[in-house]
Amino acid sequence: MKIKVIVTLKNGVLDPQGKAIQQTLNGMNFSNVEEVRQGKFFEINVNENNEENAKRQVEEMCKKLLANLVIEDYKII
Amino acid sequence: MKSSVIIFPGSNCDRDMDVALTKFGFKNTMVWHNDQSMPKSDLIVLPGGFSYGDYLRCGSIASKSKIIKSVIDFAHSGGLVLGICNGFQILTETGLLTGILQQNKYLNFICKNVFVKVKDKKNKFFKNIKKDILELHIAHNEGNFFCTDDELKNLEDNNQIAATYCNSEGLENDENNPNGAIKNIAGIFNKNKNVLGMMPHPERMIDKYLSGEDGSLFFENLLGNMK
Repeated sequence: MKIKVIVTLKNGVLDPQGKAIQQTLNGMNFSNVEEVRQGKFFEINVNENNEENAKRQVEEMCKKLLANLVIEDYKII
Repeated sequence: MKSSVIIFPGSNCDRDMDVALTKFGFKNTMVWHNDQSMPKSDLIVLPGGFSYGDYLRCGSIASKSKIIKSVIDFAHSGGLVLGICNGFQILTETGLLTGILQQNKYLNFICKNVFVKVKDKKNKFFKNIKKDILELHIAHNEGNFFCTDDELKNLEDNNQIAATYCNSEGLENDENNPNGAIKNIAGIFNKNKNVLGMMPHPERMIDKYLSGEDGSLFFENLLGNMK
């Protein structure tokens, strides 16, 4: 079963990479871009038939490895 | 001959390149990435480094900077453009060169001397060069050249492969491929061969006491071909 996870920086945490991308887009005449936040996307293939079990395991993975909860949020989609 | 080296935020081989170009007789100007226009040049160099901290993809943000439009126009009008390392990455992101430099196959930052074989001499960069195998320095995390099968066929059919990684005898195999680049590719040309991008740094090999002099061969030869 494939579980997808998005990890992003928490609101308020400085994202210089997102900022650089935003300024570049502005410079390319996408002048209405006000903010860009960059994150990470994971596709995790778990050998598990029960979706709830799989998601619970992925949640553990997020907490223990994929995200640093001090600065990052994760979303299982 | 006039050359221009473009400085991006995070470039770190710009001054080495300035020293090298000046040493071999170019009248070099340093150009800031935010400038609108390019001074009159016979050669434009995009130096190595980590422009914009390698954000998004290496070279992607630099490829949209103000000065790049002049570089693209210059290249389209037949002007000589050289991109080394991060400069090569920027050239692929502008579309002047085909393909992309992916992360090294073994995920390590590689910093060492390598041998490269000059694959084509029908161009201003390598015509008349005295050696076929050059010892140059590489220092990169994303040097693993990749392109589609169709693009690779075009590169091969048009002799656009400039240099490949090999051993001191010229043997090109997996063992002598430091980063996993497709077909051991270390550098390529555009179709008209006036744009060259390569990962190895000739500007680091211009002093026999510090390194080696195969970079000197490259610059002396380039200047000779431009006169």
